[in-house]
Amino acid sequence: MQPLLANLLTEPVGVSHYLIVGAVLFVCGVLCMATKRNALGILMGIELVLNGSNLNFIAFGSPYLRNDPGTIGLDGQLMSLFVIVLAAAEAAVALAIALNFYNSFSSIDVDRADQLQG
Amino acid sequence: MEPPIYWPSFFFLLFSAIACAFAVAVVLSANIVRMAFYLVMSLAGTAGLFFVAGADFVGAMQLLIYVGGTLVLLIFGVMLTSQDRFISMKTNSFEMGMAAGIGACLLALLVWAAVSVPEWRGLDRATAEAVPLQPTATPIGMGLLGVRVDAPDKSGYLLIFEIISVHLLVVLIGAAYLARTRQRRRPMAG
Repeated sequence: MQPLLANLLTEPVGVSHYLIVGAVLFVCGVLCMATKRNALGILMGIELVLNGSNLNFIAFGSPYLRNDPGTIGLDGQLMSLFVIVLAAAEAAVALAIALNFYNSFSSIDVDRADQLQG
Repeated sequence: MEPPIYWPSFFFLLFSAIACAFAVAVVLSANIVRMAFYLVMSLAGTAGLFFVAGADFVGAMQLLIYVGGTLVLLIFGVMLTSQDRFISMKTNSFEMGMAAGIGACLLALLVWAAVSVPEWRGLDRATAEAVPLQPTATPIGMGLLGVRVDAPDKSGYLLIFEIISVHLLVVLIGAAYLARTRQRRRPMAG
């Protein structure tokens, strides 16, 4: 087992490094969803989360990071293609809802979208 | 003597620095237009990471669909709603601090999980250089058509491909219907 951060430039990286980058993207996306007040900012957070998951799929399927029968091979890349398409669909619908909300209330602040609140 | 630089690792570091730095910038920025730009850069860095991991087709699709399509959609949304008071919306600092604390805990947990498996630490240099170059466009295309040329014992993805195609069509029609401009109802004449 080689150390994680030594020889970072002279040795190949592994799945762990990719997972760390994916974790950073995921956490940034979650924070974006939690703190932004602009509805489009929340959408951008969702895009970041989906990208983090895509990165994990790619990392687990890559033969250059872990070349043993434990990888998921090409399934990871196919899954991430599906995630990309679903993200495009989700962005279209969410944008339509946001524009509708903007047309009705002349505001894009999600704190004002409280009509359905009990 | 120092061993020579392993260039894929160098490019991994470069692209991951771009992706992570701009993702953090998306969170910290309060200006929605700048957030959109930072998100473009972050997604492009992720596409570079896909290329480094050997997923050339998915990397190209990431650039085409995500950066070229989804982000343009988002930027249109930003432009359509960008009145002065919505360009820059500040979150209060208490909420920001609480979110930062929770985010740090979540990140620590995920990183700990990522480094805790020895098999995920990466190959040694000789093994990694011996892995043959495998273009992925043909196996992915065949896999979407239901034939797995890379692993004949696995099943294909034809049904999922069809479902996702129809799903995308339905969603786009629905989005166009939802976002249409409403005709103002005219009072009846006479």
